[in-house]
Amino acid sequence: MSTEHVPLDPSVAPLGTRDFRDAGGLPAAAWRADQTEQTLVPTHCCFCGVQCGMYLRVDGHGKVFGVEPRNHDINRMRLCPKGINAYQQVNHPDRLTAPLVRRSRDEPFREASWEEALDHTVAEIRRIQGERGRDAFGMLGGASLFSEKTYLVGKFARVALKTRHVDYNGRLCMVSAAGANKLAFGIDRAANPFADILQTDCLLIAGSNVGECFPVMTQYVWGARDRGATLIIVDPRQTAVARTADIHVALKSGTDAAFFNAVLHVIVAEGLTDEAFLAEHTTGWDEVKATVAAYPPSRAAEICGVPAEQIVQVARVFGRAERAMAWHARGIEHHTQGVENCLTVINLCTATGNLGRPGAGYGTITGQGNGQGGREHGQKSDLLPGGRSINDPAHRRQVAAIWGIEESELPQAGTSMMEMVWQMQRGEIRGLIGVCNNPFVSLPNYAVVKDGYDKLEFHAQFDFFLSETAANAHVVFPVTTWAEDEGVMANAEARVVKHNKAQDPPPGVRTDTWVMCEIARRLGEGSKFAFEGSKDVFDELRRASAGTVIDYYGITYERLEQTGGIAWPCPSLEHPGTPRLFEGGKTYHADGKVHMQVVEWHPPADPYSDEYPMTLTTGRTVAHFLSGNQTRRLGGLVEQTPRPWVEVHPSHGFRNGEAVRVVTRRGSEVLPALVTEAIRPDHVFVPYHWPYPVAANALTIDALDPRSKIPEYKVCAVRIERAERIDPVPAPPVPPGRAAYPEAQVSRTDPLPPTSPQGRGTAERG
Amino acid sequence: MLGRTIFIDPGRCIGCQACVSACRECDSHRGKSMIHLDYPDEGHTVASLPTVCMHCEDPVAPCAEVCPAEAILITADGVVQEADPTRCIGCANCVNACPFGVPKIDLEAKLQMKCNLCYDRTSYGLAPMCATVCPTGALFYGTVEELQAERPGVDVSTMFAFGDTVVSTGVAMVVPAERRAPVPGGMLNLIEVNGRPTPGNGARA
Repeated sequence: MSTEHVPLDPSVAPLGTRDFRDAGGLPAAAWRADQTEQTLVPTHCCFCGVQCGMYLRVDGHGKVFGVEPRNHDINRMRLCPKGINAYQQVNHPDRLTAPLVRRSRDEPFREASWEEALDHTVAEIRRIQGERGRDAFGMLGGASLFSEKTYLVGKFARVALKTRHVDYNGRLCMVSAAGANKLAFGIDRAANPFADILQTDCLLIAGSNVGECFPVMTQYVWGARDRGATLIIVDPRQTAVARTADIHVALKSGTDAAFFNAVLHVIVAEGLTDEAFLAEHTTGWDEVKATVAAYPPSRAAEICGVPAEQIVQVARVFGRAERAMAWHARGIEHHTQGVENCLTVINLCTATGNLGRPGAGYGTITGQGNGQGGREHGQKSDLLPGGRSINDPAHRRQVAAIWGIEESELPQAGTSMMEMVWQMQRGEIRGLIGVCNNPFVSLPNYAVVKDGYDKLEFHAQFDFFLSETAANAHVVFPVTTWAEDEGVMANAEARVVKHNKAQDPPPGVRTDTWVMCEIARRLGEGSKFAFEGSKDVFDELRRASAGTVIDYYGITYERLEQTGGIAWPCPSLEHPGTPRLFEGGKTYHADGKVHMQVVEWHPPADPYSDEYPMTLTTGRTVAHFLSGNQTRRLGGLVEQTPRPWVEVHPSHGFRNGEAVRVVTRRGSEVLPALVTEAIRPDHVFVPYHWPYPVAANALTIDALDPRSKIPEYKVCAVRIERAERIDPVPAPPVPPGRAAYPEAQVSRTDPLPPTSPQGRGTAERG
Repeated sequence: MLGRTIFIDPGRCIGCQACVSACRECDSHRGKSMIHLDYPDEGHTVASLPTVCMHCEDPVAPCAEVCPAEAILITADGVVQEADPTRCIGCANCVNACPFGVPKIDLEAKLQMKCNLCYDRTSYGLAPMCATVCPTGALFYGTVEELQAERPGVDVSTMFAFGDTVVSTGVAMVVPAERRAPVPGGMLNLIEVNGRPTPGNGARA
């Protein structure tokens, strides 16, 4: 097919005609797949925390070639563009099909045998740990892995590598909400299922661009609105869901705690609290009440940059609603007081008695497909399977017994992902295995991340595409996509769903499970990693979680296939699962109460000055997922959103598509302006899915929340300037000897901001 | 209006383009999307809405009316099919006639292509791909009664005014309940034709 731009010149083509371009992750010929003997394999999407059901279409040769909507309880046939295009990864020409090895970063990669790659890795693990101690070798997992693999990452790091340094990329995603949930409720998951949203009278969503990041969840939001629920959106940007909300609170990024404290202040002042619920089911209310007394709407209005009347309005609507719900996502969690922001929302729901009823409750929306399951089974630096604490001697003994080791052999707690990068910079961590993550795009302050990784003496990465991080490694193991293995994930409602294997992996590709078990075997721990596949690991995971809060014991593959999903805790094979928590006001603390926590607002870590007067906030766009290693290779998604942009308010005098230099204390880059009134005049927004030199995370600050260690992605000080030339978007890395896949290169050079749910801005395309 | 048809509800659209991607998966034109997304209020709000073929009933669709090769056939149930490849000559009359900017010409194949309400699916009782996947119900497939049962209080319109010309369609637009007038269609850039101001074809003046 021709991919040239056809000028709409009447002498060349009739007015209004357009060349159709095949856009997709497959060579054009493969669109005409052999559909004889087509089978449909039921599974779920690999991307976000909604976990929509879908069928993968498999042809007579056993190859995935398409997608078909599936009437699963979560999504009822609906899919977003990521889910529709997801299947195109499976047989994509950029797939890694042989291990890549090099002795130093000065050499190019060469394809090597599995034997050589594994031997080299094991030799380097032994050398580094022999010279520098066990903790000099670290491991980083990911939350897009099946739960079985997340369990294995935690076990592999502690039993095979015997290191305390293991963490995962949910550290950039879910840990603030997790920390707040544990403090307040003693359990870490959303309290209500999505279906409860349909029964609410007031739905408050804070810091979540539901329309773009969890599109299929929008059906529940609109469903609530159809029933007459009032919709309140708290977001500095007018997102697609905020556009038609009853109340859109466009507050300054980094002021959520002040806002929610003020809302609670008004609720107290107007007598809208549920005193009976507070007396019976909570502790700490008096202290919280005393704290919010210092947050009248006038003070919060000044901090947040919103009218005081709006704060009063939100309080009245939420407080008077028979059943109200609050959901939040990264917008309030990616802050140096991320945990505290979540606690203020919990305080709001608790004070009004909105917990544990249909239509009344609280939830956090997990970003990654297994953002929930990823934090349950022990790949976080301070957690063991079943959400057990690695600092609790009783918990340590239980897990050591399951794993067949002495409690004394179990390492202590490690550090968080960003802290591990700082340790790499200091030379404390010299070797690393990364599974299913791409910190070169996803961690803040890229300069520091690159420096830390460059100092590693040995770095191995598991992936199915050569990510920007893998391209910097010494060894890259080619592993399976989600469609080539089976396993479970837990969605944002903590509903465990089963993904099924749709096709065999390409020759030369192995599962992450096999690779980890094989390295463990070569390290002499093979007996503890005698797993044939996901099912064996899941059975051990079930036993390991039995009796804990995060109880998977009653969940089996067979039950999941029959039911379409079971929400944990599920302690026995007869148990139906627990879709809704806190019914009757009972939490998972020993006293069964909600432990309300006092929160004081404090300003963000990056100070404003005359030089950096504005706020930079970052986030996602609907066509791409996280670091973009998968989605930036799929033609349809690249065509939809080929490049990042900077969203600016018209008051700054830029025209659409003009080059804008975005400068923070960490770096600067030039992006095309998307001029829109849908953002606060004192804010700019950059989506973060792209690598350096157009990485939003080359600008963001690596300041961490002291409790959850989540980076403050959502707010830093910035200035914008006119510039000459827009920085080019680099092509995704590919293995040696291969050309970049042309379908995914189309429109990367487009100098204008893409069409996005934000529109194209104000100016005409020339 | 068709019995079971698509209803477009711009108030629910989030601009995600799932419909665009899904259309590309349709077996009758895999790899090519027949839908595009419009931003009616660019730069001011994030409003968006998908454009699918409206399957005009006027009394026949303008595109079919002007086709010199009689390539655009309309089924008994009112679905305006895309051009029959054995007849289409790629002249683009239909492109110029359509007030909604729906048909497109594949320049290489000299062939018109457009949305045909996923006839390969709807003739088997399935919903079209776009309305099946639409995460928000901005594209809804069914009868008007089913729509109103799911969304109490909505009203629909199948009349679109382009200047003085009113086009009736088989696909309906959800409108506020109190609104009964035809939905304003197109960019009202009037061009002069035979001395009379006439709505343009959507190309901005």
